[in-house]
Amino acid sequence: MSLPNPCGQAGAVDVVVIGAGHCGLAVSFNLTSLGIAHVVLERGAVANSWRKERWDSLRLLTPNWMSSLPGQAYEGSDPDGFMTMPEVADFVAAYAARIDAPVRTNTTVTRVHAAGDGYRVETTQGNWQCRALVIASGAFNTASLPKVSQAMPVDIAQVTAHQYKNPAQLAEGGVLVVGASATGLQLADEIARSGRAVTLAAGEHVRLPRRYRGRDIKWWMQASGLLDECIFEAEDLARLRRVPSPQLVGSPDNATLDLNALRAQGVRITGRLMGVRDGKAQFSGSLRNVCQLADLKMNRLLKAIDEFAADAGIDAAPAETFEPTQVDATATLSLKLDGDAVKTVVWATGFRPDYSWLDVPVLDRKGNLRHTGGVVDAPGLYAMGLPFMRRRKSSFMHGAADDARDITQHLAGFLANHPRDVSVTGEQRVAV
Amino acid sequence: METNAHTTDNGVNVEALLGARAALTEAPEAARFVWRASNEWVRGTHSRSTIDGFFGLGEEQSHREPTSFDSDHPEIFASEDKGPTPVEFVLVGLAGCLTAGIAAVASNRDIQLRSVKATLEAGMDIQGILGIDGDVRNGFDSLKVTYDIDADASEEDIAALVAQSQKRSAVFDIITNPTDVVVTVA
Repeated sequence: MSLPNPCGQAGAVDVVVIGAGHCGLAVSFNLTSLGIAHVVLERGAVANSWRKERWDSLRLLTPNWMSSLPGQAYEGSDPDGFMTMPEVADFVAAYAARIDAPVRTNTTVTRVHAAGDGYRVETTQGNWQCRALVIASGAFNTASLPKVSQAMPVDIAQVTAHQYKNPAQLAEGGVLVVGASATGLQLADEIARSGRAVTLAAGEHVRLPRRYRGRDIKWWMQASGLLDECIFEAEDLARLRRVPSPQLVGSPDNATLDLNALRAQGVRITGRLMGVRDGKAQFSGSLRNVCQLADLKMNRLLKAIDEFAADAGIDAAPAETFEPTQVDATATLSLKLDGDAVKTVVWATGFRPDYSWLDVPVLDRKGNLRHTGGVVDAPGLYAMGLPFMRRRKSSFMHGAADDARDITQHLAGFLANHPRDVSVTGEQRVAV
Repeated sequence: METNAHTTDNGVNVEALLGARAALTEAPEAARFVWRASNEWVRGTHSRSTIDGFFGLGEEQSHREPTSFDSDHPEIFASEDKGPTPVEFVLVGLAGCLTAGIAAVASNRDIQLRSVKATLEAGMDIQGILGIDGDVRNGFDSLKVTYDIDADASEEDIAALVAQSQKRSAVFDIITNPTDVVVTVA
């Protein structure tokens, strides 16, 4: 994992990869096999986000047999299980060691800007000059908060899914969980189990059963080719990239976690949180419709799976149907935020990447990278690990292999067509 | 978006809608619209509203011709019933919006519509507006829309049409979600 470094803490190199998670390491594997000199800069330890920025009970949403990286398959004894976060971190760290990735740990990138024949990468451990740069710093660096969070009464505690670790960290009393993706449902579930009264505000969401016809839903999605769906086949890519993560949980008992399961547990389900007025949270009256949309979409997917199973002659258990999402006869349209019904609001309203260090004009008006399949809109600049970046599986661990191969190939072509600027002397190269 | 040729005809210009969507994605400032109405009291609970101009695509626009709407209250409210009750206009707005959405989504999904009919029913306890009981809200306490649709599509696809129309409907959003309303005296 250590790189012999003849020029001190930093220097010049063909490629800098930012982030030693599974994506950065998958790129490193490909760069090494093409003989391209590079370093992988990591602000903490390898797999830092998996170690430090996830809640305690989280497990991967994909079964272990799917957890593979280029040159490393899952070799453990529980292929159908779901890795805990420490297990993911160990898996990724073992990979870094196995491929001998040139990782510089505890090296936080503070600024990247165009300079010389490429980019200058300023870090807390000296500066690097590179010709190409791969941003593999993750898509989930900070919590996205809706504007309504600013309107919350001051005596209501607010916790983001990024800060949340476990229910013990919350005050006793009612909890409003905002957001109905995998995150929101998992947090609502365990907070309710801790004995607190939980309300879950649900906007548009994606409902999926954990298992279907005797197999994991991800098995079906993988086998039918859905996860390999490529951006060039997608009808409305911008919309697909915004789709929230499906309501899934990786648990030893393979349980399905959906709004019906939470409701049966006593969690109150409301529509999307739309505003705060007169000390009351206001919820949308659209819950019925977003539930129906999710049911219809789930049923369409299951029907497509049935058709795939029939065409491919797969020996599977009979087709199953799932109960439509139940909603209360009388909708909850508001809730007093007086510390009685709600003491804490947990924001499970999504995550976004942090590009505050990126001083290259490549962000669109929403703050997202302008890129085509990970090829960013600036020479020699690349991304990894963004939702549906090149394929539906781009944000999954096993999706990194194909994306890293493609990105590295493009990058190698870029380097070949853009030879080193000879005016940048050897001396400058090593003593940046 | 779908790029396959559409073979159905619901009287919706799908290509124009998709073109507008693409153009406004590139020029989001042109997507800012302002809708207007003017209203004048006539007598009693009777007033007349007029719709003419609006702002959109970066400039002033106008309808082909102005339209006037009389609103009043029924005789059982001791009014002269010169037109629909304002709350009924809300139902008109919702129905118009959802049905337009159904036609647009159906066309985009290449579904031929033969007939689309809706009935709307909103419940209201008028103890609210009369100030009898402060716990009763002024507005609707429920709103039910029932669609009867005849189309070349499965039951599920028709349900999906209606669901997608709600998802994209301005009036559905206006009714289901709070809006900051500013009323001033000039």
